Amino acid sequence: MNRRDFNQMLGLGAVGMLAPTMPAFARSVSAEALLEPGLDIAVKKRLADAALNAAKAKGATYADVRIGRYLNQSVLTRENKVQGIINTESFGVGVRVIVNGCWGFASVGDARNESVVAKAAETAVSIAKANARLLTEPVQLAPQKGFGEVSWKAPIKQNGFEVPVKEKVELLLACNAAAMKNGANFVNNVMFLVNEQKYFASTDGTYADQDIHRIGPSFTVTAVDPQSGKFSTRNSLSAPMGMGYEYLQVNPADKVTGITTRYNTGYDMLEDITLAAKQAKEKLTAKSVEAGKYDLVLDPSHTWLTIHESVGHPLELDRVLGYEANYAGTSFATLDKWQSKNFQYGSKQVNFFADKVQPNSLGAVGWDDEGVKTKKWDLVKDGVLVNYQAIRDQVHIIGEKESQGCCYADNWSSVQFQRMANVSLAPGKTPLSVEQMIKDVKKGIYIIGDGSFSIDQQRYNFQFGGQLFYEIKDGQIAGMLKDVSYQANTREFWNSCVAVCDESDYRLGGAFNDGKGQPSQSSAVSHGSATARFSGVNVINTARKI
Amino acid sequence: MAILSKEEAKKIIDKVLAYSKADEMSVGLSGGRRGNIRYARNSVSTSGESDSLGLSVTSVFGKKSGTATINEFDDASLEKTVRRAEEIARLAPENPEYMPMLGPQKYLDTSTFAQSTANINPEFRAQAAFDSIDPCRKKNLTAAGYMEDTTGFTAIGNSKGLFGYNKSTSVDFSITVRTADGTGSGYANPDVNDVSKLSTRASTEIAMQKAMASVNARALEPGKYTVILEPTASVELLQNMMRSVDARSADEGRSFMSKKGGGTRLGEKLFDERVTIISDPMNLELPQSPFGGGGGGGRFGGGGNDGLPQEKRTWVENGIVKNLAYSRFWAEKKGVQPIPGPGGFIMLGGNQSLAEMIKSTDKGILVTRFWYIRAVDPQTQLYTGLTRDGTFYIENGQIKFPVKNFRFNESPVIMLNNVEALGKPVRAGGNLIPPMKIRDFTFTSLSDAV
Repeated sequence: MNRRDFNQMLGLGAVGMLAPTMPAFARSVSAEALLEPGLDIAVKKRLADAALNAAKAKGATYADVRIGRYLNQSVLTRENKVQGIINTESFGVGVRVIVNGCWGFASVGDARNESVVAKAAETAVSIAKANARLLTEPVQLAPQKGFGEVSWKAPIKQNGFEVPVKEKVELLLACNAAAMKNGANFVNNVMFLVNEQKYFASTDGTYADQDIHRIGPSFTVTAVDPQSGKFSTRNSLSAPMGMGYEYLQVNPADKVTGITTRYNTGYDMLEDITLAAKQAKEKLTAKSVEAGKYDLVLDPSHTWLTIHESVGHPLELDRVLGYEANYAGTSFATLDKWQSKNFQYGSKQVNFFADKVQPNSLGAVGWDDEGVKTKKWDLVKDGVLVNYQAIRDQVHIIGEKESQGCCYADNWSSVQFQRMANVSLAPGKTPLSVEQMIKDVKKGIYIIGDGSFSIDQQRYNFQFGGQLFYEIKDGQIAGMLKDVSYQANTREFWNSCVAVCDESDYRLGGAFNDGKGQPSQSSAVSHGSATARFSGVNVINTARKI
Repeated sequence: MAILSKEEAKKIIDKVLAYSKADEMSVGLSGGRRGNIRYARNSVSTSGESDSLGLSVTSVFGKKSGTATINEFDDASLEKTVRRAEEIARLAPENPEYMPMLGPQKYLDTSTFAQSTANINPEFRAQAAFDSIDPCRKKNLTAAGYMEDTTGFTAIGNSKGLFGYNKSTSVDFSITVRTADGTGSGYANPDVNDVSKLSTRASTEIAMQKAMASVNARALEPGKYTVILEPTASVELLQNMMRSVDARSADEGRSFMSKKGGGTRLGEKLFDERVTIISDPMNLELPQSPFGGGGGGGRFGGGGNDGLPQEKRTWVENGIVKNLAYSRFWAEKKGVQPIPGPGGFIMLGGNQSLAEMIKSTDKGILVTRFWYIRAVDPQTQLYTGLTRDGTFYIENGQIKFPVKNFRFNESPVIMLNNVEALGKPVRAGGNLIPPMKIRDFTFTSLSDAV
């Protein structure tokens, strides 16, 4: 993930908050413009047909066209100030073709008539022809039936763009004030909204119109002790979600109470930021962890990132095959391990599934960006590696007859390729609460929230931090810790998973900005889990003196 | 290609400024061409080229500002954009930290543009990829690489008479070469303004050598080691540290530059006395935009710092912190001159080559690249990450054998206090950085990754 560029743009510098990335070729617009309707669907179909026909006429054996309107809104605040309100719109068309067994892609911005998109299709054909000269592996595209004219809308209850900016500013500033009142010295608080209006058409005969909404409120609270020269931070425990503004409706049923409150599909920002301010202060004087082996109890607000890095990425087939060798890296989960049918990725308690249809998730869509109907499938079953995430030009390599629907482009101007589905850890099958889990731990650490993260290019060795760390002694929470990071090897770690709480504790975490590809593209993805316990994990102390 | 001359750009900016009804207005105009070619498994996977030309208008009423952008240049569209920016500004909340726009500035004439790069076409890119893939195929090695070239211009202007124009080119090339059995990997990542200084074949040959030399790596115990860091390895750690030399966060008590008891560590000796870090937009090896760089957040869409001129500046001299970056708002509050953060920086070194540094090492580890570097503790600038694409054990002045990759947990501040030797600076990631010999570098675990 690449948070730095946007943080730099906002001047947030070292403040490590989850910041969104803006789409390519976006132009600044007014908030009202975000509610204007896009092109009429009949016009989109006409444009799409123009591109498909032009591609076929020039010799394409396959073509698809994506007409995309990408709307974003960011409301940025610190303490009692609004730093910025950014509304952007990006509109254009991307055309992808296969000619002589080779892909070609071209895009055009602000395309509103047939001749412009037809020209883009012709450019894509000429690029495919040029690249075909250097081709060594002709594209083998898995067959895909056409679905005709179909549509999919994210099942949101309230479109966030319809909520006045003033209301959002008032919420953020009220939350910031609560944080300052409760011991914070600084607050950065951002609200980010996304609406992707995507129209896909292909020579297979699918015309899919989709309306996708995402929301991501996130803050960082900082407490400073000038006497010691020390400071500490606590980030929000919110998750970016595939939801509308209803995510910010406070609902007691969505709260998970305990040592601190965590949230399901309804986020109480005021409560979280108040707790965050107190906890950031508490962290300043918390006990520094003693390095060694601990049992870890990991909350879903933390585990999503460990799943993302150590399961989601290594099971992307393009990485396994070497297509990302120069950037994101390759994978330890090689084809021979999958073919053996007995590669123990994790313990018997560990079941990972990929899912492009999960409600409220960031990755949920009806059809992917190459016209494949989305679904859910197993990646690791009873601890054994059983499948990957693949797209139409790869699935033949793993013996599948149809794509799993993981194709995505972050903008009309970007070429679509394999991106991570929502990858989640299935909850335990037998009833188990967090309290019951902690009761069994003699020497452990309970970690809530995501923090620092780093993993090698083949996804063996990782290190993760967190937001809140609590020492567990003889089945009881004994107090707050700081300077905690754990290091492990992916396979050893997931094989040390001894228990996963039941479905009642299952929650989503996620990120807007999973980076992959060159030029880099950003993708939003969720990861679900219930609280899970891992035995004997290596914890290091990260305190240093400079 | 959408490269406007200085005169053409000024004409458009002046026209847009004339439409303004706001208290203040600034205009940013930029355009250019971006091309790329990507390959993996010894075969080209994607290539593309895009042109863009865009105008950004920021209108201000009092302390309220609004921005609108457009990529059409007829009079009606330009005027409409100005009206829209004004409308957004009227509705915007007041920014108490708003600073009035700068008047005319004097900008250096830097050499960021090279015609050779502007001449790049799809055939050139295909040849560059071929020159990289071909030697790998012949040696049964696998190449994955990416080359991106940009040719563009940026012009800025405002209603107080400020005007600036800069033309620039850049090429960034990265290549990963892996052995067929996946047990060896090498990397190179040169960046230049002038593509005539780049040879994708020569860079690929370096990556090939590292790939072949890193086969059959042996495991060493993690711990503290003397390391020689190639500039490609140290660049990101140093960049991260340099991005944090901001006075405001230091004054606010939330930076490694914060002083115990309050204030900043400006003037303190924080590093070994051999450490000197400067920025110089006129440096011929590392030319920089005369008004760009430095933390962003500026009014000119990435230009940063409202159009403050970049000039030669010393950040650290003989280990002592000489300057911190001050935004205009913070500078006024503190009664000092504003200082934009550096675009690229130059760390001075000595005359030793990397080979000479290896020769003078009794026991140590040569690190050619670090990867997946993330902050662990901003208080101490503690970062974690891993070695990658060729790590080697040195004994008695010679590279003895490749070693398995390590995870490190280390702070560049501690690192720059443990300097044993600095070599001759070379360009890496848009900076000039010497190879460094550092004692007691902390590796905390082993990785099986190749």
